[in-house]
Amino acid sequence: MSDPVLAVERLNISFHTRRGVLRAVRDLSFHVERGETLAIVGESGCGKSITALSLLGLVPEPGRVEGDAVRLEGRNLLALPEAKLRRLRGARIAMIFQEPMTALNPVLTVGEQIMEAILEHEKVSRAAARDRALALLERVRIPDAKRRFSDYPHRLSGGMRQRVVIAMALALSPAVLVADEPTTALDVTIQAQILELIDELKRENGTAVVLITHDLGVVAEHSDRVLVMYAGRKVEARATADLFARPLHPYTRGLIAARPQPGGGRARLAEIPGTVPSLFAMPAGCAFAPRCAVAEPACGVAVPPLMPAEDGAVACIRAGEIHVPEPAREALRA
Amino acid sequence: MARYLRRTIAQIAFVIIGIAIINFFLLRLAPGDAAQVMAGEAGSATPEYMAALRKQFGLDQPLYVQFFSYLKNVLTLNLGYSFRQGMPVSDLILQRLPATLLLMGTSIAFAVSIGGMLGLLAARQAGKLADTLISALALLFYATPVFWIGVMLVVVFSVLLDWLPVGGMASVEAGLTGLAYAADVGRHLILPATTLGLFYLAIYTRLMRASMLEVYGQDFVRTARAKGVRPRRIAVRHVLRNALLPIVTTLGVQLGSILGGAILVETVFAWPGLGRLAFEALFQRDLNLLLGILFCSSVVVVLVNLAVDLAYTALDPRIELS
Repeated sequence: MSDPVLAVERLNISFHTRRGVLRAVRDLSFHVERGETLAIVGESGCGKSITALSLLGLVPEPGRVEGDAVRLEGRNLLALPEAKLRRLRGARIAMIFQEPMTALNPVLTVGEQIMEAILEHEKVSRAAARDRALALLERVRIPDAKRRFSDYPHRLSGGMRQRVVIAMALALSPAVLVADEPTTALDVTIQAQILELIDELKRENGTAVVLITHDLGVVAEHSDRVLVMYAGRKVEARATADLFARPLHPYTRGLIAARPQPGGGRARLAEIPGTVPSLFAMPAGCAFAPRCAVAEPACGVAVPPLMPAEDGAVACIRAGEIHVPEPAREALRA
Repeated sequence: MARYLRRTIAQIAFVIIGIAIINFFLLRLAPGDAAQVMAGEAGSATPEYMAALRKQFGLDQPLYVQFFSYLKNVLTLNLGYSFRQGMPVSDLILQRLPATLLLMGTSIAFAVSIGGMLGLLAARQAGKLADTLISALALLFYATPVFWIGVMLVVVFSVLLDWLPVGGMASVEAGLTGLAYAADVGRHLILPATTLGLFYLAIYTRLMRASMLEVYGQDFVRTARAKGVRPRRIAVRHVLRNALLPIVTTLGVQLGSILGGAILVETVFAWPGLGRLAFEALFQRDLNLLLGILFCSSVVVVLVNLAVDLAYTALDPRIELS
């Protein structure tokens, strides 16, 4: 196995607020290979978006990022000064965002904004940058790209704007593309197009993709491996097919069971009882225990360690004992 | 665009005439007239003398006759005659207008450029020492009365240090010409322009800082960072351009109040501008002159508003005139 393009080792992100220290991400480790898509899933507030931002060194104040390393092509980003980090952002690691409607500067044309990404990192003439930007717009299949080039963002639909953001992110063929819920704000039909576009560009360039999402349907179709987060921690990490076939963590099982099924009619969806605990008031032991159907007294004592399991890892002391419920198997077949 | 301009110009004409009508009746509400003031000054206020003055000024006519002759004059852009100053009103205004434009132009240009820069700096250093200093200074200038700053500047720079003239617009005795005259006016301009400018400077500093900080929080700034754009470029290209709209709005309001802002400073520094002319006209009940000045400033306000609308479209492509 070659060295992973991106390797995160024991990442910790905390916010020092007046109410106390909020630990948004704890001891998170993962890696992504060239040409691979790693999906990070979890509920709102589980720390997945802040993890995405930390990969580019964009965690806002008063957030603090600590940890052993975030290694991008061998370089530890946590140890780099801001000026050097800036030169990697957009060039070796790029990001696309959840809200295409607000992700573009309203007073610059989309062409200028793509050109800016190129001109900021490479010593090329404006004319050359213009040609490349135009080619990028065509490549993300924006119809009538020549005319769109000098349009302002407000004249484009949400899907078109997301294509522009993708073109911008791919302008310098980065090694890693971080996509933070890239389709959440879009229509279902547009969602599929955008995700297919990302897949296609990934195959062409060998880019590694970190796909942040809460949509298990997206995970199943567009990722190779999955990392499930709960309350700031990794609870399960598996190959996508394995995860859907045999989810090990009770939380993962709950997520999979809660998916609407085609042909499921109007029946009430399964749900996970309770809510995510406040990051200010974490229970001792497993953070999921208060909502867990199979919790036992030991779960409330210590945070369960990540244990190797079926070519992946799971953090649940009962993971080995519990049998996989039938609905999950059906979910996979469906 | 052409349609917008046609419609707007029609509106402008309507608004200006409306203002002129309101001005006319508003000023008649004040007690006393020019005849009274002049007779009072002459010290021989016989009823016959006052009646003669009123007849001469046309003040003996019924109000509606005065009104229609005023309206006719306005429509033909004839601003009338100042009996008090013995000159046509338009000549008086043209004589004083350049001084006011010079003073206001200089102080606002000073305030917008320096204030904008300080605000930009404060926003980029938000929460740090530079920001604290700039914000405290801006608050100080904002809270200090303009006339007090003016008097203090005179005390320090004219009286104690004797670097700059106390007041006026040019040295009377010198009879300078050309460049020397311009330099002389420049020296006279420094104190009044600074006095007026410091107050506006505080406003623009605070406004620019707040506006920049708001834009810094927006998603597209994060996108620019994720692209690896340099912080300085982000500040100027992405944040500043989006933060300019509120500045232009305020600039429009302040250019519109050219007259009001200048009265105080023109009085303190004996600056021969429109503000002082209006002030004198008011006390002497020189209604023709006062109406003329008000008419001119209403034209300025309306035109500045039009310019602001046009500036919006240049700054923000989402705004279209129709």
